[in-house]
Amino acid sequence: MAAQAKGGRQATAAPTSPYAIELKGISKAFGPVQANKDINIQVPRGTIHGIIGENGAGKSTLMSILYGFYRADSGQILINGTPTAIPDSQSAIRAGIGMVFQHFKLVQNFTVLENVILGAEDGPMLNSSLTKARKVLADLSREYELDVNPDALIEDLSVGHQQRVEILKALYRQADILILDEPTGVLTPEEADHLFRILKGLKDQGKTIILITHKLREIMEATDHVSVMRRGTMVATVKTAESSPESLAELMVGRKVLLEVEKGPAKVGQTVLTVENLSVKDEHGVVRLKGVSFEIKAGEILGIAGVAGNGQSELLEALGGIARASGRIALNGTNLPLTGAKANGQTRRAAGISHVPEDRQALGLIMDFAAWENVAFGYHNAPEYQKNPLIMDNAAIWADTEKKMATYDVRPPIPSLPAKSFSGGNQQKIVVAREMERNPDLLLIGQPTRGVDIGAIEFIHKQIIALRDQGKAILLVSVELDEIMSLSDRIAVMFDGQLMGFRDPETTNERELGLMMAGMNGKAAT
Amino acid sequence: MTKLPTWADVVLVPLISLLLAAIVSAVVLLSIGQSPMEALSVMVEGSVGSAYAWGYTLYYATSFIFTGLAVTVAFHGSLFNIGGEGQAQLGGLGVALVCLALPWPHWTLALMAAMIGAAVFGAAWAAIPAWLQAKRGSHIVITTIMFNYIAAALLIYLLVNVLRPDGQMDPASARFPEGAKLPQFADIPLLQNLFAKYGPDGAVKLGKDGLAVYEQVPANVTFFIAVAACFAVWALMWRTRLGYEIRAFGKSEKAARYAGISPFKIIMVAMLISGALSGMMAINNVMGESERLLQNSAEGAGFIGIAVALMGRNHPAGVFLAAILFGILYQGGAELGLWTSIPIELRTVVQGLVILFTGALDQMVRMMLGVFFRPNRKGAA
Amino acid sequence: MDYATLLQMLDATLRLATPLLLACLAGLYSERAGVFDIGLEGKMLMAAMSSAAVAALTGSVWVGLLAGIGGSLLFALVHGVASITFRGNQLIAGVALNFVASGVTVLIAQDLFQQGGRTAALTGAARFAQIDLPFAESLRAVPILGPFYAEVLSGHTILVYVALLLVPLTWWVLFRTRFGLRLRAVGENPASVDTAGVSVVRLRYTAVLITGVLCGLAGAYMATGLQAGFGREMTAGRGYIALAALIFAKWRPWYCLYATLLFGFLQALALRPDVIERVVGVNVPIPALDALPYILTVVVLAGLVGKATPPRAGGEAYVKER
Repeated sequence: MAAQAKGGRQATAAPTSPYAIELKGISKAFGPVQANKDINIQVPRGTIHGIIGENGAGKSTLMSILYGFYRADSGQILINGTPTAIPDSQSAIRAGIGMVFQHFKLVQNFTVLENVILGAEDGPMLNSSLTKARKVLADLSREYELDVNPDALIEDLSVGHQQRVEILKALYRQADILILDEPTGVLTPEEADHLFRILKGLKDQGKTIILITHKLREIMEATDHVSVMRRGTMVATVKTAESSPESLAELMVGRKVLLEVEKGPAKVGQTVLTVENLSVKDEHGVVRLKGVSFEIKAGEILGIAGVAGNGQSELLEALGGIARASGRIALNGTNLPLTGAKANGQTRRAAGISHVPEDRQALGLIMDFAAWENVAFGYHNAPEYQKNPLIMDNAAIWADTEKKMATYDVRPPIPSLPAKSFSGGNQQKIVVAREMERNPDLLLIGQPTRGVDIGAIEFIHKQIIALRDQGKAILLVSVELDEIMSLSDRIAVMFDGQLMGFRDPETTNERELGLMMAGMNGKAAT
Repeated sequence: MTKLPTWADVVLVPLISLLLAAIVSAVVLLSIGQSPMEALSVMVEGSVGSAYAWGYTLYYATSFIFTGLAVTVAFHGSLFNIGGEGQAQLGGLGVALVCLALPWPHWTLALMAAMIGAAVFGAAWAAIPAWLQAKRGSHIVITTIMFNYIAAALLIYLLVNVLRPDGQMDPASARFPEGAKLPQFADIPLLQNLFAKYGPDGAVKLGKDGLAVYEQVPANVTFFIAVAACFAVWALMWRTRLGYEIRAFGKSEKAARYAGISPFKIIMVAMLISGALSGMMAINNVMGESERLLQNSAEGAGFIGIAVALMGRNHPAGVFLAAILFGILYQGGAELGLWTSIPIELRTVVQGLVILFTGALDQMVRMMLGVFFRPNRKGAA
Repeated sequence: MDYATLLQMLDATLRLATPLLLACLAGLYSERAGVFDIGLEGKMLMAAMSSAAVAALTGSVWVGLLAGIGGSLLFALVHGVASITFRGNQLIAGVALNFVASGVTVLIAQDLFQQGGRTAALTGAARFAQIDLPFAESLRAVPILGPFYAEVLSGHTILVYVALLLVPLTWWVLFRTRFGLRLRAVGENPASVDTAGVSVVRLRYTAVLITGVLCGLAGAYMATGLQAGFGREMTAGRGYIALAALIFAKWRPWYCLYATLLFGFLQALALRPDVIERVVGVNVPIPALDALPYILTVVVLAGLVGKATPPRAGGEAYVKER
């Protein structure tokens, strides 16, 4: 192959190790958060190695360490058997590592060619670099089914083609080890299939590939080995051929101490929420939610299970008035506006919808605001918080905060403390208290216990059940299967923006749900 | 980086910034062969050493309170309104049009009408950049700068071609009618006693009519309106729903959307209020002091508002104190120009340095302070 | 308007456009690298004062030019430290430095020359001399083009020609060299540069310092070419007009030339109200001409005529994302 990245790589002697990469005892903490704990992994040369785990399991951190974006607190990296220090990206590139990030690192208004040579130019003038790169690119394209027009601007390319440019960038730098971080998150199924063909071709040429994903189907389809990460630790590494989606799903989610929730049978009433053919496009015009239909009755919890990023966030945002949508949403028989100025969080709240968002720090709270100010957030127009039409009744909000803090056991119970000074669990209790105490007809609740300690989890679960027993309709979105199974009266599984089907928690099991979450039952719900 | 306690962030960061600005200014003075101590004493004496000095200091401070509040309100909505200068000039136009429109019977009526005129014209000048930001995403910093220059050109045109009375040479409007004259400090009962002139014998000087003679100072009733404006802005930002929404939007646009707060509304309203406050400054300088509209009436006060807001940590109480401080700087700087060979421009240097240290190098100041606030590790180990 | 008057106007246009062009290109480097700079005015002012002062003291315009560049570079460095190293607000840093420059130039000039904040008037070798292009006089006889060559193109100081040459040079650097590629990339998506193993900080500092050098040329031209010495606030908002021109030019080198020539022409017109009246027939107010560059820029910013998209990463300090 003709590719000659400038500077070349360190000439390595005949490899003494069968492993392209070995990580020994890698640990990394961000403040109090232990992102990686004593990670050990061996990746044989010329294989595709999958790393799977839920969001926040520490996969991306690990790969960022390997690419020199972060420095590990402790541990050792061996490349082809040689201990290698990777203090920066330059060293990683020299060591033959290429990385395709989840969010592409491309310059939008540059051509493909310019992006490929950026940082790997041959000399101070561009012309010779471009000429050479054009030829190398043509060779690479032929070799690996990586055709892209070298003169196209990135912003004119589809996401799939942009990803190919990222791969070409790595290959142009003569990467022998290619890391792909959640590569299919933004691809259509056809594009994903093409990607896997490319990866197989690369493997056949002796490249080593690390594929980071949370999608079981991809692991089963593409990898030789798979390592499972959970909460910063590596829980297992197995041969893909000897594992099954179910066993991997179990390893991923983990067998947590199952919190039994005291829950009587649901006393189901009238239909509260009707959703018909609801679709949401993101800002790039990609359809994230694809014509979802369901309904929720009073006194019922509908749990939406699924791997993160399959349209659950968009569903919550459309219902909560944050995202523009098409289709129909009706609350107690009345249609709600889906577009235009009337489709906003205020009108939704007025209609009787409360919303505990998935991301409490970005959406649910103003982190710099004091707790008492956050208790009014979204309800700052509520009549009981006004002293007169002009002036807010801060004393009333304060008193309400004290009351809610006591009821929901928020610690420390200091209304003046800014939200950012509370622990995750107590932040969540503030949000949950604010939304539940509104006595809504419909509660939207996303990831109610993400980053929340055990005690708070139990408390929040009890509150959700209590609200149900008051005859409220609840839409619960969670990536925690345990949570879905123990709280829901009905379970729907989301995959790729669609509902894969509804199940009864009494009769289904984690295995069946896991398969549906992986998109494997194939039947879209009706 | 060590996190600073809140009080240190609120109190120490601006004070250290001021100190740094003072040190750099002193170095500049030393390097041009001047004595920083002498400069300081002249400035202090000339700005706070007598009632007369205060009469000037507070006059400047009044203008700075308005422009500082203007920047503050926009800042809370995470909008950097650098167009206070132009908005203040337009405010001056509003004041002039109102004052010249009628033979005002009493200053209170004229004041109220002029306040409305100033606020409306100032807000109108902020409205276009605001709309462009909210609807077209045009960067508000750039558009407000452009509008400063457009305002300057517009006013020159109006003063030369439209408002200038026949036979007058300098580009200025006609003098306002007597009924539009605002009471200055020396005209206000009780307060005026502070400004009484004393003869060599120590007795109060008397005029021909047998009444006491007072020193004329430019500080006028607008000062009290400025103080009221501080209170009003405080109430707006921390006691009303609108202020709540502006602050929430400024902290996190994403969260604001979740709460159903309209970005368009907030950008427009915050900028209109900001522009209105800048415009109201004209009550002080145009109506209260020059009593006619002059070219470049705002004299840079719109820009000083940036320094005042940064120094005052975007809180009306802080803005009030910072405005007084800059009033001292301005009056003191003028005294320097009178009594020493140090050019009056020293105050511009200090102003720039304060903006630099409080607004752009604040991380550096925090890092410096952080050294003193490291948690004691001995016990923790 | 007769041809002679037109030539006079064009000659003035070129002279007045030169500081705008230099400052505009200066801003181009910084902003293309993702560092917004509204401190062009301050750097120009600083350069004008330093160059005039040193030229007056040494009697050499070349030493003055170096001093001008030095003064401007000092301010550029502070801007870099604030906005790159300490990740401060780039816009506030620019505003602040403009004020410091506005004051400190008068302080220094007053200290050195005691002439009310002006520097001593420059004469002889302390000023840039006009350069007559080859054959200017002999070609004058050629109809139309001859007088144009002799009147408009010939007879300027060296910095005018430097400014004109900087346009193709900037284009070439930006679009034909490795440095230019990286510079543009760091202004669009610094992460792309960082992951390619190239230092974002070093690139941005380089760009900011180039901005300093070019602002130095702009300021030095003001004080030693266009005029004969420094006077307080002598740049009179030209840094902001250059900024407007940069937006008007959509951050492209050749468009910078056209935009600054247009704005320079407007300035030249403003000096000759008699010409306007004769040509247009109505009395166009001078302030309207003064405001026109800003109005045009707002129109462009509003997206009414094409869309001016600034470098995508402009105005924000680069922080590695987690």
